[in-house]
Amino acid sequence: MKCIAILATFLLLAGCSGNWGWYVVDPTTPKGLINLKFMLSGMYYTILLSVTAISISVVLGLLVALPGLSEKKGWRRFNRTYVEIVRAVPILVLILWVYYGLPALSGITLNVFWAGVLALALSDSAFQAEIFRGGIQSISRGQYEAAKSVSLNYRDTMRFVILPQAIRRILPALGNQLVYMLKMSSLVSVIGMQELTRKANELSVSEYRPLEIYTVLVLEYLVLILVVSAFVRRLERRMQAAEA
Amino acid sequence: MTNTAAPMIEPVIKMRDVSKFYGDFQALKSVNLDVSQGERMVICGPSGSGKSTLIRCINRLEAHESGQINVNGVELTDDSESHDKIRGAVGMVFQQFNLFPHLTVLQNLTLGPRRVLGLSDTEADERAMTYLERVRIPDQADKYPRQLSGGQQQRVAIARALCMESKILLFDEPTSALDPEMIAEVLDVMTELASSGMTMIVVTHEMGFARKVADTMVFMDQGEIVEVGPPDQVFTAPKSQRFATFLKQILQH
Repeated sequence: MKCIAILATFLLLAGCSGNWGWYVVDPTTPKGLINLKFMLSGMYYTILLSVTAISISVVLGLLVALPGLSEKKGWRRFNRTYVEIVRAVPILVLILWVYYGLPALSGITLNVFWAGVLALALSDSAFQAEIFRGGIQSISRGQYEAAKSVSLNYRDTMRFVILPQAIRRILPALGNQLVYMLKMSSLVSVIGMQELTRKANELSVSEYRPLEIYTVLVLEYLVLILVVSAFVRRLERRMQAAEA
Repeated sequence: MTNTAAPMIEPVIKMRDVSKFYGDFQALKSVNLDVSQGERMVICGPSGSGKSTLIRCINRLEAHESGQINVNGVELTDDSESHDKIRGAVGMVFQQFNLFPHLTVLQNLTLGPRRVLGLSDTEADERAMTYLERVRIPDQADKYPRQLSGGQQQRVAIARALCMESKILLFDEPTSALDPEMIAEVLDVMTELASSGMTMIVVTHEMGFARKVADTMVFMDQGEIVEVGPPDQVFTAPKSQRFATFLKQILQH
């Protein structure tokens, strides 16, 4: 929080040099306030898009990770193929493909929001799968054996014994993915999603002050992500405290 | 009216020519073993002799390559249905306790009864408390495993196995990971359990416990059962040189 204050002060001072024109987002003027509100209104979709996408990608990632841990070769091959293919496609390309390509292929037309969610979730699911696989593999064999010794079946073993422990361990990595997702959601602006970046683009086009507007955009992401990071850290601490 | 067929005393565990390999290394060499209902068996032997492998084959934590294992009337095959049936009849206590670290003591005990035996929460809690009292730590029910000493953790693990009310209990070196001052509290609980008529197979080096509790003493070396018999007999007059040497080594100190 301190670094944001310093950065903001620096930028305000820099505004005195004449190259800056902060009037465009100055909340003390009616026009500036409207512009600022316009920019902030993108926050809703940035958050909604990212949170929806990561919720789906976590589930998808887990569903892809489990076959990767199977003793059967075919299942493991499915996991490897999925991860390798999905990981190789750039997110922006995936967004364009889902929005423009998928309707032509399947006849299913997704609106901008769901196309964005699907592309982000697909792309992230490959990484989630790898994170889950690592987390689950880090749980000792003794835990599986103890679960067997009380006759738990595979589903209950995963649900009550392995995953709760694995998720605790991968929480920092999941937090990273959420931050990554918040940033990558800016790419969905290219298909017209009215999130932070798109709002900034539109305002910049009408106001001709890209420097100030994109600086505000940078600060918006910065604050958003710092808040999310703090939240994730608190969650980690709480989970550790519960076990101590 | 008088259908008096003599009661067949079928062994509750029957192993015939059981062999097990790890790569080229043969961990079990055609092992034959019978355990009858209520029998208390102690298995000892040098490390690497296959004693842990032997009991881990009984509940299929390890798969045997050849031979037959029959537990509680069920033939152990590759079919997972047989694994489930057998595991329902066999509980296990591990060297490293293997408690579930993210669950409280009570939750550790009730997970199996609730999910597998279908007990209600209250029934499972009641049963858990009964067995926690039996291992003498009812006051630790709401703690997490890592808040307990090693001896307490192992007693929780014993209570967890008891909660499933299975016929047979396997102990895989239950005191080997414990500090010396905690061994007694765990052995006490096990001794008490033995007097309740439970079928127990215990892999251990605690010869005092074996002498006091065991009906049958088994000595293994290099994947084979070298000596079997009542403790009085095998301790005082070991038939094999290998067992005599082993006894001398571990009783020296």
